Amino acid sequence: MNAMTQETGLRTLSYSEAIREAMALAMDRDPTVILMGEDIGVYGGAFQVTLDLIDRYGPDRVMDTPISELGGAGVAVGAALTGLKPIFEFQFSDFATLAMEQIVNQAAKLRYMLGGEASVPVVFRMPAGSGTGAAAQHSQSLEAWFGHVPGLKVIQPSTPEDAKGMLLAALDDPDPVMIFEHKLLYKMKGPVPAGHYLTPIGKAAIRREGRDLTIVAGAIMVHRALEAAERMAQDGIDAEVIDLRSIRPIDHATILASVRKTGKLMIVYEGVKSFGVGAEISAAVAESDAFDYLDAPILRLGGAEAPIPYNPDLERAAVPQVDTIEAAARRMIRREV
Amino acid sequence: MTDTPDNRPFAIRTYAPDQLREALKRMYLIRRFEEGAEDSYMRGLIHGTMHLSIGQEASAMATCMELTDADKITSTHRGHGHCIAKGAEVGRMFAEFFGKETGYCHGRGGSMHIADVKTGNLGANGIVGGGLPIAVGAALSAKRLGKSDVTVCFFGDGANNEGAFHEALNMAAIWKLPVIFVCENNKYGMSTSTERSTAVKHIAERAVAYAMPGITVDGNDFSAVAEAVHHAIARARAGEGPSLVENLTYRWRGHSKSDRNRYRTKEEIEDWMARDPIARFRAELIAHGILDESGADAIAQAAIDDVQQGIEFAKSSPAPAVTELTRYVHAEA
Ligand SMILES: Cc1ncc(C[n+]2csc(CCOP(=O)(O)OP(=O)(O)O)c2C)c(N)n1
Ligand SMILES: [Mg+2]
Repeated sequence: MNAMTQETGLRTLSYSEAIREAMALAMDRDPTVILMGEDIGVYGGAFQVTLDLIDRYGPDRVMDTPISELGGAGVAVGAALTGLKPIFEFQFSDFATLAMEQIVNQAAKLRYMLGGEASVPVVFRMPAGSGTGAAAQHSQSLEAWFGHVPGLKVIQPSTPEDAKGMLLAALDDPDPVMIFEHKLLYKMKGPVPAGHYLTPIGKAAIRREGRDLTIVAGAIMVHRALEAAERMAQDGIDAEVIDLRSIRPIDHATILASVRKTGKLMIVYEGVKSFGVGAEISAAVAESDAFDYLDAPILRLGGAEAPIPYNPDLERAAVPQVDTIEAAARRMIRREV
Repeated sequence: MTDTPDNRPFAIRTYAPDQLREALKRMYLIRRFEEGAEDSYMRGLIHGTMHLSIGQEASAMATCMELTDADKITSTHRGHGHCIAKGAEVGRMFAEFFGKETGYCHGRGGSMHIADVKTGNLGANGIVGGGLPIAVGAALSAKRLGKSDVTVCFFGDGANNEGAFHEALNMAAIWKLPVIFVCENNKYGMSTSTERSTAVKHIAERAVAYAMPGITVDGNDFSAVAEAVHHAIARARAGEGPSLVENLTYRWRGHSKSDRNRYRTKEEIEDWMARDPIARFRAELIAHGILDESGADAIAQAAIDDVQQGIEFAKSSPAPAVTELTRYVHAEA
């Protein structure tokens, strides 16, 4: 630790460094914490998030699994049920589709089915999202799928500080938590407090206060929405940007309060537009008193109704970008929607 | 033919000289194609990632030797070699890698989804083990529709630990389907060696559990692969059911573009590079009088020329229109 660290406790870390620090801290504090996943050992994980942890904690706690997502996730569930706290890394969140059985039928439901007599404190790490040229089977944003399952908690931190604090909170949680890590955020740097701290699951964060419209976004979309907001600010348009952070549970109170203030709501997310996070939030507003405060139709800006294409221009066009967020927000302000 | 037994390698005594020369050409084409793709990636003409099969060309080519366009293959993320061996044109492959409309997948798929449905290649796959049950389904079609077509299912050693592998082999066996499971065992699934990932020494041992023949061969020996697959195809076409062939081979390059090779030694890589399957096949053809050195050089040069032309074709091809983002999601009305 350098002098600055000791004084302020804040260092600049990348998102992946912050996650790695959280895992190391958790393993230092709690001998029941283990890491499991494909190529998380000497390879350091496909995105180098577990880099060098095998040197520090050894192969008994940093376990390379065979390429067996269903089995691997299930072993993590069984271990969580009986005293360990596994952090299971899916190499790409897309591969959780191979493990749906253990996540959805087992991990999510065991506590309930056993009448509260059992607990499954497992954490699934989910590298997600497009923008890497990896095409249809390695670029999906499936977080809303898991938001549909009672028993699971689903989070998507957008900053290094939250990545660390929310992963530690996930480990502290007695129930299964899926943490979606947008791949384009891994290299993003930001201030991260030293030591152990918890960023609560289920609380959104207002990243930019504004009066004219509310933009709710998650993961990488928070940064794009903030950039769009800054551009609009030059023309006197004052957008409020809410970082959703948690999809299940969702922080309705923060969103509804913002909508009551601004009267306009736009939801920006990378997952396919229909049946997604946007529909859930729109419905929550429509079902609440905040509905009366709306002075424009709600706008959802989500991923295209298509798999993520390989061609880079098509890939960009498949999900919201700063330009498209800005243009949509301006249309909304002009009441053209 | 005289009465003395023919001791020449299986491939030499089985295939016509033209076929053998064409096989060598396609092996060179695979190598030069992948080097061209690697180079184009370095120049920023290709984005994303890719998985090169350099060092594994004999496995791809010898396996496809007796397949017709009506026979199917399912391929893997390391599928460029399979695609070329099955008969694809490198120009349209490059076009796909460059994200162009003229590519085999109209720029939607890229390297990891390269396919050529017309030559029976049902596609590479981004999901390890994804092709295994699909191959069984293709074999089911052939059987139900009364065709004699077979399906070859390529997969890696790493894929043998997916549930899909075990489910697929079992169904192929109980329904006696015409499918040949071809495992390209290159010792590693990404960084994880088969010793660390797999309970049995050889993947072919898995065949016992599904009551089908399983054989392990030197996957860098063209003739050995061709012979093993030949018998498996004969069995499949005769309605006797599936087989498992394991080709022992090695990838010279890293797993993908982001591999630092921390799990294997330089010595191991060099040792395998000395067992180049192309040089070996070329020498074998020359030794048996199928070719002379200058004939072999001409074939090697022709592959270089094809790759050059292919890259030019790809560069000059149009990109898909962004307005067609959702095209091909569903059938067009
Ligand atoms: C279901 C699934 N899990 C993990 C991956 C990531 N991945 C891609 S290739 C690969 C290794 C595959 O090893 P193997 O089957 O031996 O094929 P090889 O790469 O050696 O040709 C892994 C882990 C994936 N694409 N799909
Ligand atoms: Mg392998």
